[in-house]
Amino acid sequence: MLTNYVPVLIFLGIAAAIGILLLGIGFLVGSGSKDDEKLSPYECGFEPFEDSRMKFDVRYYLVAILFIIFDLEIAFLFPWAVSLDTVGGFGLVAMAIFLAVLVVGFIYEWKKGALEWD
Amino acid sequence: MASLVPQFMVDIWDSFPPLLQFLITSTSQILIVTVGIILIVAFSTYFERKVIGAMQGRVGPNRVGPMGLLQPFADVIKLLIKEVVIPEKSNRFLFVIAPLLSLIPALATWAVIPLTDTFVIADINAGLLYVLALTSVGVYGVILAGWATNSKYAFLGAMRSAAQIVAYEIAMGFALVGVLMAAGSLNLGDITRAQAGGVSSWFVWPLLPLFVVYFISAVAETNRAPFDVAEGESEIVAGFHVEYSGVAFALFFLAEYANMVLISALTAIFFLGGWASPFEGWTFLGDDNLLRQPSLIWLFAKVCFFMFTLFWLRATFPRYRYDQIMRLGWKVFIPVTIIWIAVEGVMAWLRIGPWQGLAG
Repeated sequence: MLTNYVPVLIFLGIAAAIGILLLGIGFLVGSGSKDDEKLSPYECGFEPFEDSRMKFDVRYYLVAILFIIFDLEIAFLFPWAVSLDTVGGFGLVAMAIFLAVLVVGFIYEWKKGALEWD
Repeated sequence: MASLVPQFMVDIWDSFPPLLQFLITSTSQILIVTVGIILIVAFSTYFERKVIGAMQGRVGPNRVGPMGLLQPFADVIKLLIKEVVIPEKSNRFLFVIAPLLSLIPALATWAVIPLTDTFVIADINAGLLYVLALTSVGVYGVILAGWATNSKYAFLGAMRSAAQIVAYEIAMGFALVGVLMAAGSLNLGDITRAQAGGVSSWFVWPLLPLFVVYFISAVAETNRAPFDVAEGESEIVAGFHVEYSGVAFALFFLAEYANMVLISALTAIFFLGGWASPFEGWTFLGDDNLLRQPSLIWLFAKVCFFMFTLFWLRATFPRYRYDQIMRLGWKVFIPVTIIWIAVEGVMAWLRIGPWQGLAG
């Protein structure tokens, strides 16, 4: 059974090899002339004003947290969807209740403005 | 077959242990598929420029080779001999690793894509989970590139891109739950086989809203126009790959186009029957009519159609504003998919559509 997964591993290796090979060729063949101006961070001709790893909007965190919640729910739905023909009516009702709880949480997020972006 | 190969080579092959034979076969299959993908990627850049050129009343590339057909190779050679600039304030290791991290998942996902009825490199049961996992890894390449570059444009581009990708990943995942409910298997080959019977049995009909959501989310996931705020030229120059040059940039480019081909193939497999012929159910054509046979050509035709649609979208639509993108993802697509999963539950309850033969 697990031997089916061996080609996946080989493919990952080959994909990595192709990438490393191309990068290697690029570094070997590519011309190179370094100077301070070329290597400085690009900011439309200005000297960089401040460190570029600056504070950013808290909404990005919010999106990431909401993503984790919903992605877990999707992971939860997957096995149920695959075994739809064996779980029968009981499974359908159980998942309907689960989805209803999920939707309540979703409506709460919506009303709280967690999904707004402006 | 045997007559084409000299007998002593067959003997040598037979003398190998089965494990070695298996490894050699898989490796050569993988190499063939990878080379195929890279060629498709190369020519899709050419066709993109031709298609968009035609839509804008231009001729597109026509200088290198007949009709400009050698243009992709000229581009590759140019990018290979360009200098790879590594900015001094960047994190050098992550800066070099990031393009690899976007390329590897874009290529390795093809391991589970069934190209014909019998040919798939790794016929694994958890195929769809593998696809979902690897496409999620791709976002690390974007974030690391933006972080390692240590430039404001790159940083902002990476933040935008990451938030957009994770937002649309949810809609995509819910759409895939709908596909799973209809197919009853995580194996991509089985999902295709569940749609046997010609164009009327394809999942695109009972799952039409999910098909639309999936394809549009796919456009957003690959950062393509009209969702390409991550690299919006007018705002943040080129987004996360602003400081990448030469072959490092080429790897991002390769990854983006490989992802486009991948997403087209996945849409074809999930909703349009993959390798299956649309005329499968037309019995009046006769049993051995070539039009009814499943083949790689059908999958290729469907992929070409979706690739063309992606180019078409890019030529047609102006770029979305970022808050509109987030609103579309969270407030339109997620409710639509949840509602359609509920509708599918009712359809399964009533045994209509793809659930006619459902037991229990």
